[in-house]
Amino acid sequence: MVLSAADKTNVKGVFGKIGGQADAYGAEALERMFTTYPQTKTYFPHFDLSKGSAQVKGHGKKVAAALVEAANNIDDIAGALSKLSDLHAQKLRVDPVNFKLLGQCFLVVVAIHNPSVLTPEVHASLDKFLCAVGTVLTAKYR
Amino acid sequence: MVHWSAEEKQLIAGVWGKVSVEECGAEALARLLIVYPWTQRFFSNFGNLSSPTAIIGNPKVRAHGKKVLTSFGDAIKNLDNLKGTYSKLSELHCDKLHVDPENFRLLGDILIIVLAAHFTKDFTPACQATWQKLVGVVAHALAHKYH
Repeated sequence: MVLSAADKTNVKGVFGKIGGQADAYGAEALERMFTTYPQTKTYFPHFDLSKGSAQVKGHGKKVAAALVEAANNIDDIAGALSKLSDLHAQKLRVDPVNFKLLGQCFLVVVAIHNPSVLTPEVHASLDKFLCAVGTVLTAKYR
Repeated sequence: MVHWSAEEKQLIAGVWGKVSVEECGAEALARLLIVYPWTQRFFSNFGNLSSPTAIIGNPKVRAHGKKVLTSFGDAIKNLDNLKGTYSKLSELHCDKLHVDPENFRLLGDILIIVLAAHFTKDFTPACQATWQKLVGVVAHALAHKYH
């Protein structure tokens, strides 16, 4: 799967619109993931996952920062997320299926806060981008 | 058998009551064909699917989208017997249409996004969780008769 020039433009456009809200989007995506897919909570036994949790907010900020970094370096996502890729392979070892689940929740958050931005074309590009990020983060698993 | 709490039934009915089956169905199917273009393989007789604009404006896509979501309405009326409700449709999708059940999951995910964009803040995490459960169970019921 390759990101076309149009995909890259669409993704940068979305993150441009999201701007400073990225942190909040990250937190909300995580909250929705934990509610919708309770099995994902198994990766956070050390977290307070109750509503409004500071730990979830903090982690959402990290997730958002990584997505913004990937969008800003969209021509080389593997390079931009190389350290994160190592971390996921060696330490975190989150099963690959879960990246799709978080991706779905991120799309939902974008849809809720920016329905007019998420045209079918932009939806397709953002979905591809999120897949690409998941692929990079699991690329060194074996 | 899947268990639905009173709250879940409320969240389902509350959303469904405000959905335009025709608009929502058309949009969901169009987005499926645009976001996951390989799904177009099942619709070679639908005419022009050459661009997102063509897909969105395609009358066969709109009509079929409406048909699919209308069928979803049957599921909502029969939450306690989804396998029975979809038994014949499941056989049809396997034996005649030859549709990989993964496609039901893809359409379910797309429907969630369409609902999210439509209902925005009212599509709470609890609402999303309930509807994600519903589309998952519908997909499972549609795959149940596969052999």
